[in-house]
Amino acid sequence: MPGLAQMPLGFVARYAGLFGVQVRMSTLAAMQYRVDFVVRGLIAFLWSALTLIPLLVVFGVRQQVAGWSFGEALVVVAWFTLLRAVLEGAVSPSLTAVVEHVRKGTLDFVLLKPADAQFLVSTAKLEPWRVVDVVGAVVVFCYAFATLGRWPSLAQVATGLVFLALAVLILYSIWILVVSAAFWVIKVDNLSYLFGSLFDVGRWPIDVLRGVWRGSLVLAFTFVFPTALMTTYPALALLGRLDARTAALALGGGIVFAIIARRVWRRALAMYTSASS
Amino acid sequence: MNAVNAAPPRPGVAAELASAVRAFPTLLRIGVAEVVAYRAEFLVWILTTNMPLVMLALWHAVAADGPVGRFDQAQFTAYYLGVLVVRLATSNWMAWQMSMEIRDGTLSAKLLRPIHPLYAFAADHLSAIPMRILVVSPIVAVMIATSWDRLARHDPSLVVVLLASLVGAWLLTFFSMVLLGSVAFYVDSAMGVFELWIGVHGLFSGYLIPLEVLEGWLGGWVGKLAAVLPFRFMLAFPVETLVGLLSPAEALRQLAAQWLYVALTGVLAVRVWRAGVRRFAAFGG
Repeated sequence: MPGLAQMPLGFVARYAGLFGVQVRMSTLAAMQYRVDFVVRGLIAFLWSALTLIPLLVVFGVRQQVAGWSFGEALVVVAWFTLLRAVLEGAVSPSLTAVVEHVRKGTLDFVLLKPADAQFLVSTAKLEPWRVVDVVGAVVVFCYAFATLGRWPSLAQVATGLVFLALAVLILYSIWILVVSAAFWVIKVDNLSYLFGSLFDVGRWPIDVLRGVWRGSLVLAFTFVFPTALMTTYPALALLGRLDARTAALALGGGIVFAIIARRVWRRALAMYTSASS
Repeated sequence: MNAVNAAPPRPGVAAELASAVRAFPTLLRIGVAEVVAYRAEFLVWILTTNMPLVMLALWHAVAADGPVGRFDQAQFTAYYLGVLVVRLATSNWMAWQMSMEIRDGTLSAKLLRPIHPLYAFAADHLSAIPMRILVVSPIVAVMIATSWDRLARHDPSLVVVLLASLVGAWLLTFFSMVLLGSVAFYVDSAMGVFELWIGVHGLFSGYLIPLEVLEGWLGGWVGKLAAVLPFRFMLAFPVETLVGLLSPAEALRQLAAQWLYVALTGVLAVRVWRAGVRRFAAFGG
């Protein structure tokens, strides 16, 4: 893959076209199981609603928790819902398929194709009904700001969007790291569940964990498994509570993370010996 | 080949049970060996059950400025550690296993064996229990260290109810999982239904929020619903008994309700399973 600087327009167009094909294929595959498709869409919606309940109960008994009001906490939930839609709709299904490829040795067929392997495996499978979650997230955003009685400024929305891109990048990078582990230890499908359960922490403002073990959990979820970076910080950005220095540091950290992930993937790929060899 | 037609004529329930009892020790040994062989996987699996700890941290922050109903910080600690212990000891992933075996046809091998597949499944999951107890014991130690005074130890009758409720919770979870897994006989991909199950179970079983705290919310109808649905008997009831939230009389009453549910779901699970197997035509058959 050529570096970003010398990336020609045709190259981008080609990959955009490829991406379109992959999306169409996934949609067709998903439509084959019609009952499942409808049920999953519905369930994605119900699930979003269910995840709100603990929040509603908590703020039913308190006005503020760990310095967050109901409306502010809702913004975090909205980010979380949005990112989970990205994770479960676009990132996790494809990368779970890679693990299967590695185990069966069928990754050969992907490697032989004349396109970047990381791109191919990352877009192989999408779950279109997760769009419901995106809609849910937008509704929660609107409701949250209506509750707060103020709307974010254009600059705050822009920062929020930058952070969204960053969050997706981090999410994807961690996933690539998890999948790369498959080249060494083969059986990582339950690592993906562990990932999901850790990601779930992002539903809450990170300050909630501040009281546990003198804030060591906050550090862990900011630097080691950066869920805070994915949900709390973007929420702070939208609420206008994030200072420029923290924002810049977070952005830098995210990009470094992505570079490391790409390196590890290349190294893991070099390790790959197909099923027959 | 139709797997059902190939099976030998159905023996009586008594004979079936007798042969299952004979085979059980061996099945359990195999199961334990399997768990030990995949211990790293098993541990990762256990680690995914971290939600109670997150909820604990959350409620700790909430209860920092005064208790919520009967729940102060220490009570929340006892409750969520209890949730972790009971959940880890009694949960299983039957439905996922069943749906996979139905879909890829490996179920036909189980159907051909001279033991009912449900016994085989049960043995599989029972044999994970020693390992589960091993994993749970440090949490129990923490519980004893932090919440000794609250635990149900003052009253021997509560201890008996607790043990019975744990067995009941295991059975109830197992039978519900059979019911849920049987969905895969009827639809090709049942994952969506399972996800819904996780959500509903999380809310109504007291896994996410103590049901007592839930009671006051939304005019109380969620709490009322939680009291009659079977979910609380899979988790909240043993936990509440364990951390001393129930009086002996109340615990006994709940135990009766729990075992009623166990019997009901048991009968239902076997029926649905039979109907499902009749529909089942192994792939490649």
